[in-house]
Amino acid sequence: MSAFDPIILTFILLVPLTGAVLVALMPDRARLPNWIALITTLFTFLLTLHLPAHFISGQSGFQFEQNVPWIESPAIFYHVGVDGLSLWLVVLVGLLAPVGVIASWSAIQTRRKVYYALFLVQQTAMFGVFISLDLMLYYGFWELSLVPMAILIAMYGRKDGPRAALKFFLFTFIPSAPLLVAILWLYAKTHTFNFADLQYQTASGVLPAGALFWVALAFLFAFAVKVPIFPLHGWLADTYSEAPVALAMVVAGKLSLYSMIRFHVGLFPAQSRVIAPLLIALAVVGILYGACLALVQRDFWRLMAFAALSHLSLIVLAIYGLTFLGWAGGVYQILSHGVVDAALFLLLGALEIRYATTLINSYGGLAAKLPRVATYFVIASLAMIGLPMLSGFVGEFIILSSTFAGVSRPWAVAAAVGVILSAAYMLSLVQRIFYGPESALTASKPSTDLRFGELAILTPLVVLMLVMGLAPSLWLNTIRTGVHPPILTPQTLDQPQPSAHAQNGQKLCCGLTKPTEIPEEIQREAQR
Amino acid sequence: MTQVPDIYRILPEVILALSGVVIMLIDASLPAAWPRRPLGWIAAIGTTIALWASVWQLSLPEGAGFYATVETSAFTVFFHILICGIVLVALLLSLDALPEHTHHQGEFYALIVFGAVGMCLLTSAVELLVVFIALEISSISTYILAGWRKHTGRGPEAAIKYFLLGSFATAFLLYGIALIFGATGTTQIYQIALLAPAAQNQTLVLAALALMLVGILFKVSAVPFHVWTPDVYEGAPSPVVALLSTAPKAAAFALLLRVVYEMFPHLRSLWAPLLWIVAVLSMTVGNLAALRQQNVKRMLAYSAIAHAGYLLAAFAGIGEIGIAAASFYIAAYAAMNVGIFAVVTLVAGYDEQLSLIDDYRGLVYRSPILGSLLIFFLLSLIGIPFTGGFFGKFYSFSAAVGGGAIRLAVIGLLNSGLAAAYYLRLVVVAAQRPSSDQDGGQRIAYPRPAVGAAVIAALFLAVAATLVLGIIPGATLDAAQSAAHTLQAPPQAAVPAVTDPASVAR
Repeated sequence: MSAFDPIILTFILLVPLTGAVLVALMPDRARLPNWIALITTLFTFLLTLHLPAHFISGQSGFQFEQNVPWIESPAIFYHVGVDGLSLWLVVLVGLLAPVGVIASWSAIQTRRKVYYALFLVQQTAMFGVFISLDLMLYYGFWELSLVPMAILIAMYGRKDGPRAALKFFLFTFIPSAPLLVAILWLYAKTHTFNFADLQYQTASGVLPAGALFWVALAFLFAFAVKVPIFPLHGWLADTYSEAPVALAMVVAGKLSLYSMIRFHVGLFPAQSRVIAPLLIALAVVGILYGACLALVQRDFWRLMAFAALSHLSLIVLAIYGLTFLGWAGGVYQILSHGVVDAALFLLLGALEIRYATTLINSYGGLAAKLPRVATYFVIASLAMIGLPMLSGFVGEFIILSSTFAGVSRPWAVAAAVGVILSAAYMLSLVQRIFYGPESALTASKPSTDLRFGELAILTPLVVLMLVMGLAPSLWLNTIRTGVHPPILTPQTLDQPQPSAHAQNGQKLCCGLTKPTEIPEEIQREAQR
Repeated sequence: MTQVPDIYRILPEVILALSGVVIMLIDASLPAAWPRRPLGWIAAIGTTIALWASVWQLSLPEGAGFYATVETSAFTVFFHILICGIVLVALLLSLDALPEHTHHQGEFYALIVFGAVGMCLLTSAVELLVVFIALEISSISTYILAGWRKHTGRGPEAAIKYFLLGSFATAFLLYGIALIFGATGTTQIYQIALLAPAAQNQTLVLAALALMLVGILFKVSAVPFHVWTPDVYEGAPSPVVALLSTAPKAAAFALLLRVVYEMFPHLRSLWAPLLWIVAVLSMTVGNLAALRQQNVKRMLAYSAIAHAGYLLAAFAGIGEIGIAAASFYIAAYAAMNVGIFAVVTLVAGYDEQLSLIDDYRGLVYRSPILGSLLIFFLLSLIGIPFTGGFFGKFYSFSAAVGGGAIRLAVIGLLNSGLAAAYYLRLVVVAAQRPSSDQDGGQRIAYPRPAVGAAVIAALFLAVAATLVLGIIPGATLDAAQSAAHTLQAPPQAAVPAVTDPASVAR
C-alpha cells in the first residue's frame, strides 16, 4: 500500500475536471485546447495505470476505497473504490480518452474549447460511474454522463445532430426516472445508499419480495435502454451516425453493462434469476437481429451501430447466464470490444475526414492507396470477428462455452450463428471499402495515409489486441476476483427454482469455488 | 414570550415598508428630469437589511406577537430569507434591465418592496385575517407590476387577466375564512387546529378547506387554476416575471403548508388525495403544454406549472419530511427560476424583440457567457445531478415515496423526463451554429445585453445558490428541517400540539 492509494481515485476524478476548467479558461487559440486535453487525458491514463500496478490481486472486495460523508440527511457518502470488476474498466476509460482526443484532432475544427471541455467532463462522469460505491453518487454520475454527450452530439453532429441528441437524451433520461424512484424506495426502506449494505439487505430477505421485483426491474430497464438491448435500441443507429467519432466510441455498452453486473445482478441476485430467461432470449434475438441489419447497411456508421448491438447483446447473454465464468468472459469482452471499436472508429473517422462520405459504396480499392489504413482495419476487423489469437476470440469463446455448458445449448448455438454473421458483415465491409475496383471518389481525391499521430495511437491498440488474445490471464486473474459469488441465503436456496437453466447456473455457481481450471483450458485453446 | 417587544416580530416587514415609503417620498420630491436609478439601490439596501433582520430574528425566542397574529419561528425565517433573497435578485436585475426612459421608475422599485412586505407577512401570519391582508398587499403590487409595459398590447392584457382571476381566487379564500370562522368562532390558526376536529358542523370545515385550497392553488398556479400563468408571464416585463414566478409562489406555498399541515392536519385523508391529483395534473398538463410552445416565456410559464406539481408531490410526505422537502424544493426552484429569467431578461431586452425559441439560435456563439448560463439553469430545471433542481426533485419525490405515494413519484419522474424534451430543445437551439440563412439575418442587431455590476451580482447570486443547493445542500436542508419542525410543533406553550398527521395518514 503506497500513501497514494486512498486518494488515487479522487485524483482520477479531479484531473479531467481540472483539465476541463483549464480548457474553458484558456483562449481558443491555435491548437491549445487540443494539447491541454491530450496532456490531461494522457496524465489521467497514467494515473489509472497506478490501479492495476498496486492492485492486490487474488483478493476480493474493494480496494483503493475512500468513504467520506457528503450529505448528512439523506445519508449520502462520497464512497469510491474499485474491485476486480471495475479495475480494468477504469483503465479502459483512461485509455480511450487520449484515443478520443486524437480522433477529434482534425475532425473538430470549430469551437474546440467547448468540445474539449465537455469531452473532459464526460470523462469525469464515466470514471465516476465506475468507481462510485454509493448509489446516489453513482446515480449522479450516471445522469451527468448523459449531458455532455447530448450537447456534443447536438453541437458537433454530422447533419441532423440536434434531433439525434434529443432522441439519445430522452431514450436514456426517461428510464432514469424509474431508476431514481427505485433508489429512493430502497433508501426509504433501508436508510442507506451504501452498495455493500444494500447488497446485504436485499439478500437478507427483509425487504418485501414483490416490491423488490419491481425495483430490480426499474434498475434493469434503465440499464437495458442504455446498452441497448433489443427492442430498446431505437436511439443507437441515429446516435452512431451523428455523434462525433470520439463520442461514438464510448456511447454504448461499457457503462450500462458494468452497471448491470454490479447493480442489477449484484444487488438483486434472486430477482435477476427470475428475469434471466427473458433477457437471454432478448440477447440472442439482439445478436441475430443486429447482425442481420448490419449486413444490409449502406452507411458504415450505421453498420457499426448494428454490429455493436449484436456484440453487446452477446455480453448481455454472458451476464444473464449467471455463471462466474460467463461474467469473467463478459467483462473481458467489454474490454476487448472497447479497444477494437476504438480502433475501428478511429480508422473509419480517418476515412470520413479524407473522403467526406460515410456511404460504403462510394469507397473501393483503397488497399493500394492507403496500405496502412487497410492493414490496421483488417486486423481490427478480425479481432472483432473473433479470430483466435486476437482479443475478441477469448471473450467470445468463454461466453459461448459457458452458455453452452451452463445455460442452454440451443441458445448457445443461436448465439454462435450471430458470431458467424459478424464475420460476414465485417469482411464484406473490408472487401467493399478496401478491395475491388477503385471507385470514382477514391480515384478523384488525393489521399494521404495515416499520419504520425494516428499511427502513434493505433499501433498500441493493435498490439493490445494481440496481447489480449495471447495472454488473457493477465486480465482474467484480476477480473475473476471481482465477480463475487452471489450471496445465497437459505431462503433463496430453499425456493424451488422454476427454470432448469437457473438450477444449472446455481449448480455451476456453487461448483465453481475455485474457478481456475477452465480459463487455462481456454488459454491453451487460444494458443493452439 | 412576553418579553420580546411585538415590533421585533415583524421587523423585516417594517424595514421593507419603511424603505418603500422612503422611495416613494424621494421619488415625489425629486425633479422629474433626475434619474431614478439610485432609488433602486435604496430598495436593494432596504431588502438586504430586512434579510439580515430576518436572520437576527432567529436569536429571538420563537413565539407569536400582536395578540397571536404574527409569529417568528425557523419556518418564517426560512421563507423570509428566501423571499428577501429573490426580491434582492429581482431588484438588482431591474436596476440594469430597466431602460433609462422607463416611466415611473421610482414607483416600480417601491411596488416591488411593498410586494415583498406582503409576501413576508403572509409567511409569518398565524391569523387568517392577517393572512388575507398580506395576500392582498402582495397581490395588488404584483397586479400593477405585471402591466408595467403599458405601451404594448400584452402588458395591460396580462395585468387585467391577472387582476380579475386573482381577485376571484382571493374571494374564494376569503369565503373559506368566513366559513371556518362560522364553524369554529375564531380565525387564529392554532385555535382552529384545536377546535376544528370538534366543530359541530363538519360540512362547514370541509367547505372552508376546499375554498381555501382553491384560493391558494390559484396563487401557486397549479392545474386547474393555472390558465392565467402563460399570459401573465408573456405580458409582464421579464425582471418582474423573475419575481412573480418565484416569490409570491414561495409565500403561497408557505401558506399552503401552514393551512394543510398546521390548520387541518386531521383532514389529511381528504387533502392528501386532493393534492395528489392536483400534483399529477399540474405536472402532466404543464409539461405537455410546454412541449408545444414557441415563445420562451410561455414555455417557462408552463414549466413553472409543472414545477408546482413536483412541489405538491412533497405534500404526500408525512409530517416534517414533507414540509422540509417542500421548503427545500421552493428554495431550489426559486434559485434556478430567478436565474433563468435573469438570463431571459438579458437576452431579450426590456422590450423583448427576441421572444421566440428560434431567436435563441446560436446564443452560445453570440454571447458565450449568457449562453452557458442559460444552459446551466435549464439543466438545473431538468434536474441534472449537482444542481439545485436535482436535490429539489430528489427530496420531494423521496418524501412522496416515504409517504407511500410511489405511483406519484413514478409519474413525477417520468414527467421530468418529458420535461427534459422541451428544456433540451432550448439548449439545442442555443447551442446550434447560426444557420446560413440566419447569417443574412445577422444584420438584425441583437440587443446588446445591459450587463452592469448589479446584473452580474444578481446572476452570481442565482448561480451560487443553484450550485450550493446542488452540491452542498446540507445547510439548507437543516434549515428546512428546523422550519418543518417548528411548523409541526408550534412554539407557543399556550397552543396544544396538533394531532400527529402520521396517525391520520391515508
